[in-house]
Amino acid sequence: MSHFFDVFMVSYPIFLEGLKITLYLSAASLIMAFVIGLFFAILKISSIKPLQWIADGYIWLIRGTPLIVQIFVLYYGITEIILIDAFWAGAIGLAIHSGAYIAEIIRGSIQSIAKGQMEAGRSLGMTKLQTMRRIILPQAFRRAIPSLGNQFIIGIKDSSLVSFIGAQELFGVSSSLGSNSFDFLTFYSIAAVYYLVIVLVLSVVVNRIEKRLAKSD
Amino acid sequence: MANKLMVQVEQLNKSFGDLHVLRNVDLQVEESNVVVLIGASGSGKSTLLRCLNFLEIKDEGRIFLEGEQIEKETHNLNEIRQRVGMVFQHFNLFPHKTVLENVIEAPILVKKTPKKQAIDDGKALLDKVGLADKYHVYPSTLSGGQKQRVAIARSLAMKPEVMLFDEPTSALDPELVGEVLNTMKELADEGMTMVVVTHEMGFAREVGDWVVYMHDGKIVEYGRPEELFDQPKEQRTKEFLSSIL
Ligand SMILES: Nc1ncnc2c1ncn2[C@@H]1O[C@H](COP(=O)(O)OP(=O)(O)OP(=O)(O)O)[C@@H](O)[C@H]1O
Ligand SMILES: [Mg+2]
Repeated sequence: MSHFFDVFMVSYPIFLEGLKITLYLSAASLIMAFVIGLFFAILKISSIKPLQWIADGYIWLIRGTPLIVQIFVLYYGITEIILIDAFWAGAIGLAIHSGAYIAEIIRGSIQSIAKGQMEAGRSLGMTKLQTMRRIILPQAFRRAIPSLGNQFIIGIKDSSLVSFIGAQELFGVSSSLGSNSFDFLTFYSIAAVYYLVIVLVLSVVVNRIEKRLAKSD
Repeated sequence: MANKLMVQVEQLNKSFGDLHVLRNVDLQVEESNVVVLIGASGSGKSTLLRCLNFLEIKDEGRIFLEGEQIEKETHNLNEIRQRVGMVFQHFNLFPHKTVLENVIEAPILVKKTPKKQAIDDGKALLDKVGLADKYHVYPSTLSGGQKQRVAIARSLAMKPEVMLFDEPTSALDPELVGEVLNTMKELADEGMTMVVVTHEMGFAREVGDWVVYMHDGKIVEYGRPEELFDQPKEQRTKEFLSSIL
């Protein structure tokens, strides 16, 4: 145990660099994933069949293949066309991946909002889009927060896979340090501690938001 | 001289798939009149109201508002809906907005009323329906009767020419029905043109100018409340009235 703490204390400046990249990677990918998810959720609930098919196809493709395969295909696919670094290739890959799950979460919560809300908005002369934006989506997001929080946590942990295309985030850092010293167990355990702390902080934040919003319901 | 016709319906037909819900419905509503629609469940009362504010689109027939024929091809239905208010059985308040926000949302968003003006108007309307102390609470903290009065104020905030009520008191505890009916009566006394679906026969008698009995998507009988309730002409009307009294 004291060996673990010694290594932890010595290695933390390098790990903090990795932590920073993990956080940037997660933030960038989750913001993009949210936009992608919202977009495909709206395609799915639109009344236009071909748009629904596009959304169905996307979700089917993402759910049917492993994330690591998606990251590799995207990385080698994109770098055929333009030069892009591992960070952005990874962020885009993670976003496309999480986007499919977020689309389903948002679609589900939009459809859980009572039909009467849309009718009330329309009966006041609001357009479909205005009612969606002002009445339906704000309620749907509140309802989606626990599931979105959960998906964000999964996204943060999944960002470790981007190390396989060369990103030096938390897992990449611990792999490098491990292979330099052959002390894999210690460095991977340290990585686990960092992930646990991030996830813990995020869970607390999501809980707070949930509680605050519950007051107005 | 006859009053101005606010709403005119001619030979209205509406089906849902194979189900023919409205059959050749004719209806006229004069300015400042209250028309009460009665009829058994499934007779098409709600569908008729929903056609009047274009939440449902008719299959055949003509609908006129203030003498102007309204068609989805020639009119912006969002603008038409501003002129026809609707109050629902289950209130359909916006739960994430306070009472006042519920009332000012559409005027600001749709009519581009300046916010300050919308707030002043909204407060005046809430005062009118007896909710002056509830501006800043959320709907979940209100009783059913209070919720329905907020819904009425929200609808009035768009300054509609006609108000439609679809069983506005059916979801309320009996002791809360009176406060909502009183609000509606005040509105009628001020000269609002109203079409009301209700099972409250006392209200129909007292406030209604006309009563319309619907059965199977058709208007079976149409008359003054005292005629229709006391001397119904049609056998079906008699049967319906004895079944509910
Ligand atoms: N959107 C819809 N799709 C399919 N059928 C519908 C739809 N709306 C109404 N109906 C059907 O049309 C018929 C008339 O319904 P409507 O709601 O107009 O009756 P109502 O007179 O208001 O009855 P209630 O007193 O129960 O409210 C019913 O058989 C109903 O099931
Ligand atoms: Mg009905």
